[in-house]
Amino acid sequence: MRLALAAFSPSSDFVGACYILAFSLFIYGVSQGTHPTTARRGNLIAAAGMAVAVAITLSLDVIDNGILIVLGILIGTLVGGVASRRVQMTQMPQMVALYNGVGGGAAALISWAEFRHQLDLGGDIPLDVLIPVLFSLVVGSVSFWGSNIAFAKLQELISGRPIRFPGQHIINGILLVGILVGCIVLAASHDSQPSQALFIGVLIAAAVLGNLFVLPIGGADMPVVISLLNAFTGLAAAAAGFALDNVALIVAGTLVGSSGTILTLEMSRAMNRSVGNLLFAGFGAVATGPAAGGEERPVHSIGAQDAAIKLGYADSVVFVPGYGMAVAQAQHAVKELANELERHGVRVSYAIHPVAGRMPGHMNVLLAEADVPYEQLREMDEINPEMPQTDVAVVIGANDVTNPAAKDDPSSPIAGMPIIEVTQAHEVIVIKRSLSPGFAGIDNDLFYRDNTSMLFSDAKQAAAEIAAEVQEL
Amino acid sequence: MDLITEITIFVLAAFVGFEVISKVPTTLHTPLMSQTNAIHGIVMLGGLIVVGFADDTLEKTIGLIAIAFGTINIVGGFMVTDRMLGMFRRKPKPPAEPDAGASREG
Repeated sequence: MRLALAAFSPSSDFVGACYILAFSLFIYGVSQGTHPTTARRGNLIAAAGMAVAVAITLSLDVIDNGILIVLGILIGTLVGGVASRRVQMTQMPQMVALYNGVGGGAAALISWAEFRHQLDLGGDIPLDVLIPVLFSLVVGSVSFWGSNIAFAKLQELISGRPIRFPGQHIINGILLVGILVGCIVLAASHDSQPSQALFIGVLIAAAVLGNLFVLPIGGADMPVVISLLNAFTGLAAAAAGFALDNVALIVAGTLVGSSGTILTLEMSRAMNRSVGNLLFAGFGAVATGPAAGGEERPVHSIGAQDAAIKLGYADSVVFVPGYGMAVAQAQHAVKELANELERHGVRVSYAIHPVAGRMPGHMNVLLAEADVPYEQLREMDEINPEMPQTDVAVVIGANDVTNPAAKDDPSSPIAGMPIIEVTQAHEVIVIKRSLSPGFAGIDNDLFYRDNTSMLFSDAKQAAAEIAAEVQEL
Repeated sequence: MDLITEITIFVLAAFVGFEVISKVPTTLHTPLMSQTNAIHGIVMLGGLIVVGFADDTLEKTIGLIAIAFGTINIVGGFMVTDRMLGMFRRKPKPPAEPDAGASREG
């Protein structure tokens, strides 16, 4: 770090000022994210901040090997540009997981290069460089490999189910202790050529830990994992900033670290489970538990025509979409149905549970893509008090987030989880292929209530059929 | 810059981050996340610096990959966030033809 600083010399104040401008634009840009109308401009402002930061860094004296830089930027622009245009909105969680991963990977690689550089300088590495280097190495590497596993699970390259084996926690514990001991040994020998072999050993152990740490976490818990890895990558970038003495990296990385932390806490609150429980227990442990596949109970089954009559003559309808709706690609069909209902004077809104998708806020993006206006997207806490005045709640591809057992049955595995209280509405229509349980693997009492009607069908087909019937009314 | 100054910046940035980000509504959390993806692409600056002092093939390769990874974050992150935020509409459109939604470029 001393070297980089010395090389700034003549223009170092100017460079510093540019970095301050850059991170101010990041913070201002993010602060505009409170409403969709301002958020888009805020994103461009943050991007402008990034352009300033990159441009001023390229003008530094330490910059060399220009061909490699051009090549790297070219590859990155090409891959990032094409990916961002091609990605489907249903695939956003995978894309964010990958982006977390490459960010963490970059931070880990930079620490390795910085470590080698310091060895070349004589091997007396100041602790205020070595400690952030080690932090960035370990956290970046865990984030890279953990994100790859999260990506593979979301993309269904590997099973989304929790993958467990005996002694998993013990192995993870040993790895963690090994990494810490390795780091301490390296730090203790900081002034006398710390061993590069041990450094690489720590890198590999962190890579293995990253893999093992995400493998046992099930698909339904991915919103938390992605948020956490987002925070990790931010902190790894901030640590790289400490090592390289770069303010822009410290502030931007910390900003991302805060964001990831807030989202992690919010997601775990929405599942009513502690972060520790999510990461180390895994839902798989209770998933095959009670109630599923119990005795046959009578349900009230209806067809598209009955549903159309209930909906067409209602005053207010609330749609409760779940990830199943996105899987069936039914957003557009649901939006058409909503249009048809609005033409009949029905008030329509959408109740979005915080964990309705595969990442925080995912369902909102899927509905926005289908042209659902922002004002109709209602958060859980906002819509629940209105449920008793709602004529019909339509549950599409959602299950656990509407399960009244979360409120009523203290012994349920999801007891205490906040839910969309559809049972409070006058009537409930559940569009679902069958009575099969959701991710939590527990039976949903909602299906058997007196005011619940089941419409057994594919979500997309059902929405289209109901819309056609409403048109006839 | 001394360590204490850096830690001061870190702590203040954490408070600012918590303050600013807790105001972002749940509805916009996915674009927020892809935007923070772009912002942690700032590690690319680290890649630019290490590639400057890289003096063997390994270090050059490491630097190249770090720059490419960081640029993927920056370019991909900001572009996909822009694309997503462009989808959030304010007012309901006037009643559309049944196929209008499906024919939109996505």
